[in-house]
Amino acid sequence: MLKVSDLTVSIGAEAAPVDIVAGVSFEIGKGEILGLVGESGCGKSMTSLAVMGLLPQPGPRIRGGRIELAGADVTQLQPWQRVEAGHGRIAMIFQEPMTSLNPVRRIGDQIAEAVRVHDGISGAAAQARARELLDLVRIPDAALQLSAYPHQLSGGQRQRIMIAIALACRPQVLIADEPTTALDVTIQVQILGLLRELCGRLDMAILFITHDMGVIAQLADRVAVMYGGRIVETADVGPLFGAPRHHYTRGLMDCMPACNLGVRRLPTIPGQAPRPGAIRTGCVFAPRCRAVQDQCLAAPPPRLALGEGHEALCAFPLPAGGAS
Amino acid sequence: MSRAALTLWLTPFLARPIALIGLGVLLVMVFAAIFAPWLAPYDPYAMQPIARLMPPDAAHWFGTDQFGRDTLSRTVYSARMALLIGSGVVFFALVTGVPIGVLSALFPRLGHVLMRMVDVLMAFPSLLLALGLIVILGPSVVNSILAIGIGFMTTTTRIVYGLSLRLRAETYVEAARSMGSGTAWLVFKHILPNLISPLLVQASFVFAFAQLGAASLDFLGLGAPPEIPSWGNMLAESRTFITRASWLLFFPGLMIVLTAFSLNLVGDALRDRLDPRFRDVFGGEG
Amino acid sequence: MWAFALKRAGAMLVTLWAASVIIFAFIHLIPGDPIYVLLGDTATPDQADRLRREMGLDDPIVVQYFRWAGHALTGDLGQSIFFQAPVASVIADGAETSILLATLTMIWVVLIGVPIGVIAAVRQGTWLDQTLSGGAMLMASVPTFWVGLYLILIFAATLGWLPSSGYPSIFEGGLGNLRYLILPSLTLAAPNAALILRLTRASMLDVAREDYVRTARAKGIRPWQVVTRHILRNALLTVVSAFGFTFAALLSEAVVTETVFALPGIGRLVVQSILRRDYPVIQGIILVIVVIYLVINLIVDLTYRYLDPRVELQ
Repeated sequence: MLKVSDLTVSIGAEAAPVDIVAGVSFEIGKGEILGLVGESGCGKSMTSLAVMGLLPQPGPRIRGGRIELAGADVTQLQPWQRVEAGHGRIAMIFQEPMTSLNPVRRIGDQIAEAVRVHDGISGAAAQARARELLDLVRIPDAALQLSAYPHQLSGGQRQRIMIAIALACRPQVLIADEPTTALDVTIQVQILGLLRELCGRLDMAILFITHDMGVIAQLADRVAVMYGGRIVETADVGPLFGAPRHHYTRGLMDCMPACNLGVRRLPTIPGQAPRPGAIRTGCVFAPRCRAVQDQCLAAPPPRLALGEGHEALCAFPLPAGGAS
Repeated sequence: MSRAALTLWLTPFLARPIALIGLGVLLVMVFAAIFAPWLAPYDPYAMQPIARLMPPDAAHWFGTDQFGRDTLSRTVYSARMALLIGSGVVFFALVTGVPIGVLSALFPRLGHVLMRMVDVLMAFPSLLLALGLIVILGPSVVNSILAIGIGFMTTTTRIVYGLSLRLRAETYVEAARSMGSGTAWLVFKHILPNLISPLLVQASFVFAFAQLGAASLDFLGLGAPPEIPSWGNMLAESRTFITRASWLLFFPGLMIVLTAFSLNLVGDALRDRLDPRFRDVFGGEG
Repeated sequence: MWAFALKRAGAMLVTLWAASVIIFAFIHLIPGDPIYVLLGDTATPDQADRLRREMGLDDPIVVQYFRWAGHALTGDLGQSIFFQAPVASVIADGAETSILLATLTMIWVVLIGVPIGVIAAVRQGTWLDQTLSGGAMLMASVPTFWVGLYLILIFAATLGWLPSSGYPSIFEGGLGNLRYLILPSLTLAAPNAALILRLTRASMLDVAREDYVRTARAKGIRPWQVVTRHILRNALLTVVSAFGFTFAALLSEAVVTETVFALPGIGRLVVQSILRRDYPVIQGIILVIVVIYLVINLIVDLTYRYLDPRVELQ
C-alpha cells in the first residue's frame, strides 16, 4: 500500500543542503501496522510529514527518493494535489489533539469539510456522513457533538474526532504521529485499541510513530528503528525485541525499565544524538556505539539483509539469537 | 565588549543588509549633528535677501528659503535638534519607565496602584496628552521632550512591568530568592541585565516615533521656537511656498523619513536578535 | 459574560473618573489666576469678580470639581471664551467633519491595509512580500502632514483635481462635498493602513503556524480554501479589534491633518483654541475624546471576547 524508497529530506541552501532524513525506505502492506520508533529529533516526524505531503513551506524539502501510494507516485505532491490526481486516500493524525482542531468552528463542520473533499457531497448529506464517522470512532451522542466546539471536548474525544476526520477519505494508509503521547494512560489504551480495531476492519496500512517502545510492542506488526535521520534496523516485532541486531536498538532495549527489574541504575546510551549534518563520514551512530571499529568512522555502513525481512544498517551487526 | 557578544549583536544586521544601510544612515546623521558647524556650508541663521527662494544649484545644494537662508545648512543643523529630542525622549521614557515597571513587578500592591495610574494616563491619546502638557508648560524644546516623553513612558512602563513579572517568575530567580538573596541584588543581577536587549529595541522605536511627534509639534508651532532649525519648523515655514519652492518641502521631510525609517529598520533587526521569550512583547512577524 | 462586561465597564468608569480629575485640574495647573485664564487678559476687575462669584471659585477645589463634573454629566461643558457660546455646541459643530473624516479614513485603511497584508502573508519571503512589508514600514515612518502637503502640491495645486482646504457641509452642499475630504483622509490613512497591513500580515503568519491549519491542509482542501476558511477567519479576529482602536486614535490624530487642510473639525479646533487660549474648549474636547476613546476600547474588548467562542461559555 505504502512504499517509501530512499527518501531524503533536506533543509538549508540549495548549494549546501543539510539532510535531516537520509535514505529512508520501508513498505507497509494492507492491514499491517509498522511502528517507526526513535528518540526526539531523529527525523521520524519529518519523515511522516514528507510521506503525507505536509512539509512546512518554506522550509524542508524532499531532495530525493520516492513515495508510492497504492502504486502511484505521489512524492512531491501536497494533499490537495494528490486528491486531484485521484491518489488522496492517505490521512494523518497528530500528536496534539488540543490544538489540532480549529477553535472557532464546530466539530460537525470540520468533519464535513473532509467529507466534502473526498465524497463530493455537501450540506445535510455531508453532516450525515460526519455522524457515521463519529459512530465509527465510538463517540456517544454524535448528534450533540456535531454542533459542539473543540474546547468543549476532552483530549481523548478530540483525538477520536481527528481519527474521524482522517477516516473521511476511506484511507488506504493512516499515519499516526505520536497520537497518544499527550494523553492520559487510560485514554491511551482506548485510542490504541480503537486504532487496532479500525485497522482490522478497514484493512488500512498504519504507520505508527512513537518513542515509546512499550506501545510498539503492543501494537505493531513490524518495526523500523530510526536514528540520526536514517533507519538503522527493520524487523518483525518479535525478532526485534527478542534479538535486535543493531547496536542502537540493543541500547534502546537495554534502557527499558521493564527489562531492568531489580537493577539499581538504568543503563543509558552515552553521548547525545547528533545534530543534522554534524556527522559527515561513516556511521551516524559510531560515536556512541559500544562496538565501534575504525571502519565505522570512515565509511558509511552497508544495509545488510539478515533474513526473514530483518535488515540492519551496520557493518558489524550483533549475532542472531542474542539473549537479552 | 567580547568578540562573541559583538558577533551576536551584528548578526541580525548582516542577515538583513537593509538594516545595515539603516544603521549607516543613522551614523551619518549623528556625525552630521555633532560636526554640523564644520559640515554646513553657511550659517543657518544668516539671511541673504538677494538669494531668496532659490532652487537647488551649485552654490546652494538644497536651495534657499524665503529669507535667503541656506536650506542644506539648516537641514544639517536640524539633525542636532532631532538627536536632542530623540535622546531626551528615550532618556525620559527609560528613566521613568524602568523604575516604575520594575518596582511594580517586585512589589505587587504598590504595582497595582502604579499600573492603574499608568492606565489613566493611557486613556489620553498621546498627541492630546502632549498638547495638553504644552499648554500648561508652554512651548519650548524641553517641554516638547517632556510632553512627548510622557506618552512613551506609559508604553515603556507597561513593557518593563510585563518583562519584570516574567523574569521574577522564572525558576532561577525563585531559587535565588529561596536562598535568601535580597531584592536589590535580584534587581541588579537578574532583572536589569535581561531588560537591556528588549529596552534597546524599544528605544529604537521610541526614538523613531519621537521624531514624528516632535515634527508634528513643531509644525503646529507648539514645539521648538520657530527660529531654531528643526525639520518640523522648516516644514511649517515651507507651507506658504510649496508651489513656488517645493524643495523647501522635500528636504526636511525626507530627513524625517530617513531617520524614522532607519530607526525602524534597526529596531526590527534588533528585535530578531531578542531572546525568543521576549519577542511577543513587541508583536512581530516571526 | 454579562458579569464580565459589568466588571469591565466599572473599571472603565473608574479610569474615566480619574482622567476627569486630571482634566479638571488642567485649568488650575496653567500658570496664572484661573479667572484671567478663563476670561482672557482683557478682562476688567469687575468682570473678574462677577465671574469669580458665579463660578464659585472661592469654594474649596473639591466642591468646584464636583460642580464641574456634575455639569459635564448633563452636557454643560462651560462657555467658550472666543466664541462666547457653550463649549458643547462648539464641539458639536466640529464633530461632523471629524467623524466623517475618521470614517472615510477607516474605509481606506481597511480596503488597502487588510488585502495587502493578506497578500504579503500568503507570499511570505518572496520579493513581493519584502517590498510590501518594507513599503509599509516606510509609510509608517512618514509624518502625516508631509504626505498631506505633497498631496496638496500634486493633486490640488498642480493638477487641480481636488480641493486643498475647507469643508462645506454635505448637509448644505450635497454629497459632492465629500471630495473635500478625499485628500485629508488619504493623508491620515497612509500610516494607519501601514500599521494594519503589518498587523494583518503578522496575525496571518501566526495563525498559519497553528496545528489546526496543518490539519486543514491534511484534509486535502485547496490552498486558497485553507487561507480563507481557516487562516483568515482566525487572523481577522485580532485585526478587527485593532480597527476600533485605530478609529478612536484617528479622532485625535487628525489634529495635524485638519490643520494642514484647514478642515473645521475638532482637531483643528484644539490647536486654534490652544493658540487663542480658549481653555474651556480645550478642556471640553479632551474630555469628550477621552470618553470616546475609553468607550470604544470597552466595546472592542467586549466584542472580541463575544466573538471568540472559547470565552463565551466560561
